Amino acid sequence: MTMTDTLAESSPAENPLAAGLERTPVAPTTLVIFGASGDLARRKLLPAVYNLAHEGALPERFNVIGMSRRELSDEEFRAQVGRAVEEHSRRPPDPHVLRLLLERASYVPGAFDDPDAFGRLAETLAARDEEAGTAFNPVFYLSTAPSFFEPIVEALGAHGLDRRPDADVRVVIEKPFGRDLASARALNAAVLRVFEERQVYRIDHYLGKETVQNMMVLRFANGIFEPLWNRQFIDHVQITAAEDIGIGTRAGYYDSAGALRDIVQSHLLQLLSILCMEPPVSLTAGPVRDEKAKVLRSMVPMLPEEVPGRAVRARYGPGFSGGLPAAGYLEEEGVPEDSRTETFVAARLDVQNWRWSGVPFYLRAGKRLTRQATEIAVTLKPVPHLAFQEGDASGVRPNQLILSVQPNEGVSLSLVTKIPGAKSRVRPVNMEFLYGTSFLSQSPEAYERLILDTMRGDPTLFARNDEVEAAWAVVDPILSSWGGDGGPIPTYPAGTAGPREADALLEPGVGWRPL
Amino acid sequence: MSATAAAPALDAVWSAEDTTPAAIGDALRRLLAERHAESESYAPARALNLVAVVEREQRAEILASLERAGRHHPSRTVICGVQRGRRRLGALATMACEVPPPGGVAPCRERVELDVGEEHLPHLDTVVDPLLVTDLDTLVWSPSDHPGAMDSLMRLADAVLVDSSSHADFRQGLDRAASLSPAAHVVDLSWLRAAPWRERLAAAFDPPQWRGRLAQISAITVRHHPSSTASGALLLGWLADRLGWETEPLRESPAAGSAGASTLEGRARTGSGEVALRLDAAPGQEAPGLAGASIDTASGASLALDRGPGGLAARRRSAEGRESSWVVLGASRGEGGILGEGIRQALLRSPLYDPALEHARAMLG
Repeated sequence: MTMTDTLAESSPAENPLAAGLERTPVAPTTLVIFGASGDLARRKLLPAVYNLAHEGALPERFNVIGMSRRELSDEEFRAQVGRAVEEHSRRPPDPHVLRLLLERASYVPGAFDDPDAFGRLAETLAARDEEAGTAFNPVFYLSTAPSFFEPIVEALGAHGLDRRPDADVRVVIEKPFGRDLASARALNAAVLRVFEERQVYRIDHYLGKETVQNMMVLRFANGIFEPLWNRQFIDHVQITAAEDIGIGTRAGYYDSAGALRDIVQSHLLQLLSILCMEPPVSLTAGPVRDEKAKVLRSMVPMLPEEVPGRAVRARYGPGFSGGLPAAGYLEEEGVPEDSRTETFVAARLDVQNWRWSGVPFYLRAGKRLTRQATEIAVTLKPVPHLAFQEGDASGVRPNQLILSVQPNEGVSLSLVTKIPGAKSRVRPVNMEFLYGTSFLSQSPEAYERLILDTMRGDPTLFARNDEVEAAWAVVDPILSSWGGDGGPIPTYPAGTAGPREADALLEPGVGWRPL
Repeated sequence: MSATAAAPALDAVWSAEDTTPAAIGDALRRLLAERHAESESYAPARALNLVAVVEREQRAEILASLERAGRHHPSRTVICGVQRGRRRLGALATMACEVPPPGGVAPCRERVELDVGEEHLPHLDTVVDPLLVTDLDTLVWSPSDHPGAMDSLMRLADAVLVDSSSHADFRQGLDRAASLSPAAHVVDLSWLRAAPWRERLAAAFDPPQWRGRLAQISAITVRHHPSSTASGALLLGWLADRLGWETEPLRESPAAGSAGASTLEGRARTGSGEVALRLDAAPGQEAPGLAGASIDTASGASLALDRGPGGLAARRRSAEGRESSWVVLGASRGEGGILGEGIRQALLRSPLYDPALEHARAMLG
């Protein structure tokens, strides 16, 4: 132990007791959830807060305030939080911890365009500080319909809730952040008129998943990959986000968004940017987000005439799922008869930089497909010469590195090996690493990690304004093309792998990975 | 509630009365092949080997403890049950697989229960070594006192699980941990019982206006379960290390603590003065571990943490006399949870334990 680590020679700005702890202290925080009675809060946010409390990971001083239009008393809100935790927590709640957490929960009813409601919120925040004799860091979590993002941010500014001399104020904004490039720019401008960029946390829960975070570790902590990670050795990349479910009760949101906005613009382009980024100087927020943004800016937007040949949309028709009949998208409850929303999208994108020029990136996302699978498949170029007898080499396949995000988190590498026997016949086998079998710890829910990061003030796993706009710039030409006439929308039967039209995007000899 | 707890396990079993490590290894491979033939969803867990040496009659109790350890299951567990007079090697191998979720992976964990005699103990490593999964870290645990077996197994150990509170004389427990430390990473359950207290003390002094008061600390009292003096001493040792204090041996207090329980007290020298240190046994505390901690500063400010349901009750008084109290949320882990945390910590390396242990031993003389 060197003396520089101890109090004797440390500056007063350091806390010597925090050094080396697995869980470092988090400043006192009041989490304000706008849209607290909504589905996301009920299913994800409130259970995540409970699990952080269960593990002792919340700040030692903590409050949660719910705000939404519904008229609820504090008691009614607490009962609602309790039910959400009971129904959706990943572990059975400890009654003592839950009771104490609920004691810290309060509720402010009001419409998001009602100035009085924000006045009451300000009073509630001040009262919490006063009771505790300390200034809590407010974290404003916007878990509302996107149309409320701007009014809420403006109201926070108008009531002086955007900055505090004695505390750090942060705002978390759920996706979708805009519905095209112009609206994303307008929303960024509106948000940044009130908050500084360092205060803004644009959340994409994919980035809280262990496998996604592990992509950087895999690339930058293992010498085996980096020499291969370029156009010389990689033939193509497929990024897939397949769901076996339909739209459920989300018709209102989904029909206004579609697969391109809902999945590709946010989740898949974030995955692509991490996969393709240059090694950052450090794995901290600034350098990581700089490198991700450079990748997104390297993706030259398609010209209008290129869209039909490089992007395919479709929607599911009637079919079968889990052995039972499944309705088509247009028959789903709440979907307009004349809807032109896509439930499937596939696209070929290119990253035009020194490392990736010429490598096709095939992205695919859809609902009511054969099964749930989110993965990145990196296919290496084939070996230059096969010295096997004809027939013996029929099992040779290019190596593939598969990064599975869900439902099975892990990494697998396909290798060609000899089949036991007198002949030299070969076939691919997989080397597998699975989170479920290789670690003793259970992965926390993505929202637990991300909520804790907002309270810690670490924006590494959140999208910066320029990243969001660069991602919209990539998909905007496709949206524009489809927003016009766009032609007929192909249909695929529910429970299948998607439309055949998607095959036309691939280079000759390349097929979509089986789902 | 969304179910993420492991689904019910399905067991495959093999046993033999007079056997060899090679035969047991074959059986494990066969069990895995049989399960894999049933479904490709079955995959062997490959995170950690755990080797435990216990009296044979104690084995069921240890297995029950491991079951209570929650989700932190070792991948392959080898339990050596020592039976007096036994000369032949007996074994029961079990492969427990979770029920595969649709489209998912079901981890399988292997357990080998060995029946060994005292004769096997000096060279127990030659029995156990062939049964370990190569390239995985190995955690060795001896809840019973079998120093000969432990000496033999140390060459296999990447980490050793101990409980420095388990010895009748807490000094011996800490000395034993220190003696093992050069050979392997020591995971001490007594240290882990104090983990939430370290985190909460660090958090309490984290606000900038409180950090300066670390240099003004004038007295600390740590209250502990009567059997957990070592946990208390390790908490004081950690503070001494982090704050650069020079400690001296604690002495039995002439005025006994509450209800006649033992109290140790002494002083530590800081850069600016002295800190009064006190370890109080708390007979009312039911669970092993710490019951409370109180810190006073020269300016009159104080902080107290007390164990309670659902978290630690905190009370703070400022130098001006303003008082506030709150509860720091956190569920009790129970002894099963502590053991599970010990298994998890075998794969981690805390840089804080060894210096804290050194100070604790110096304080307990």
